Amino acid sequence: MNIKVYSTPTCPYCKMAKQYLASKGFTYEDLDVSQDRGALEEMVRISGQMGVPVIVIDGEVVVGFDRARIDSLLPRNI
Amino acid sequence: MLKIYDLIILGAGPSGITASVYSARKKMDFLVITKDIGGQAAWSGDIENYIGYQFISGPQLVTKFEEHMRHFGIDIRMPEEVKEIFKDNDLVHTVTDKSEYISRTLIVATGKRPKELGIEGEREFKNRGVTYCATCDGPLFSGKIVAIIGGGNSALDAALQMVKISPLVYIINIGERLTADNVMVEKINSYPNVVIYNRTVVKRIYGDKFVKGLEVLRDDKLEDIALEGIFVEIGLIPNSDFAGILELNKDKEIIVDCTNRTNIEGIFACGDVTNVPEKQIIVACGEGAKASLSAFRYLYTHNW
Repeated sequence: MNIKVYSTPTCPYCKMAKQYLASKGFTYEDLDVSQDRGALEEMVRISGQMGVPVIVIDGEVVVGFDRARIDSLLPRNI
Repeated sequence: MLKIYDLIILGAGPSGITASVYSARKKMDFLVITKDIGGQAAWSGDIENYIGYQFISGPQLVTKFEEHMRHFGIDIRMPEEVKEIFKDNDLVHTVTDKSEYISRTLIVATGKRPKELGIEGEREFKNRGVTYCATCDGPLFSGKIVAIIGGGNSALDAALQMVKISPLVYIINIGERLTADNVMVEKINSYPNVVIYNRTVVKRIYGDKFVKGLEVLRDDKLEDIALEGIFVEIGLIPNSDFAGILELNKDKEIIVDCTNRTNIEGIFACGDVTNVPEKQIIVACGEGAKASLSAFRYLYTHNW
């Protein structure tokens, strides 16, 4: 399972998304797009938009903290 | 049979969080239903008027609030959105996008949300250059020309964030002059990369995949501004759409008395969603405390 979170340090929904993943026991790669220009360009390219957070779960792109969508992409039990 | 709670609190901004802390200390059986934690405070930049902190950022203050609330082990349903409230046989029913709940009292602390411009291109380019949260998305526009729409405190707050990372920041203000606090206006005037357009109306946002520019009406002339980011900061509207049974004022704020009672017995409201003047974090917190204590008093005077 490969999870990436594109975020900025000041965005509340980014924080909620990361806390949610952590609470379910998932680890993720945290990409701070306010610092990492390459990550920002990658985020815009794969999501076609500029809002954070963008969460990528095994190649599936989720824009925003869409919990229902995130749940549907995560395995039920780990 | 649904469980009957003593109290349900809608919203977890400064007002709802304070109400929840007071309610937990009174050992009320309650839950909090909310879309997020912190509300508008979470989007704020620098806060210099919350007593006890000479300086703290919005996200940092919200982290402190959240820690305080979580310390009590409060039942928080999030993200969950309220669709309707109604009263039946002295009990309040709360219908959300996920479930339905019943309680003896209700505190509405749902706050406000950013107002939209309502112009061509705005919806189309949302998150493609148009944003309503400078605190969240500001850093994505580093090195790009941007415009802040508005002239109040939140507009200047956004502008002050952007001047540090953008080569050119336009402030497009419909009024005669900026209405933000003088301290902020003085600060923004000290930056050479700021252009202020007063008496200017935004007409249209355009672009291809992302925003390319803005059309404005200035001195009766249409003018084009090439840019990549637009921050809409033109004020707020109350999240009171679900509260049809409550009496609202012309601005759609819930009307409360000085003990936070609404027109419906057992339903209280506090914070920015109400008609209480001065939308400040510290005021919202105080109102949240009052609403909780009023709900508590209502419960024991009704022998619950």
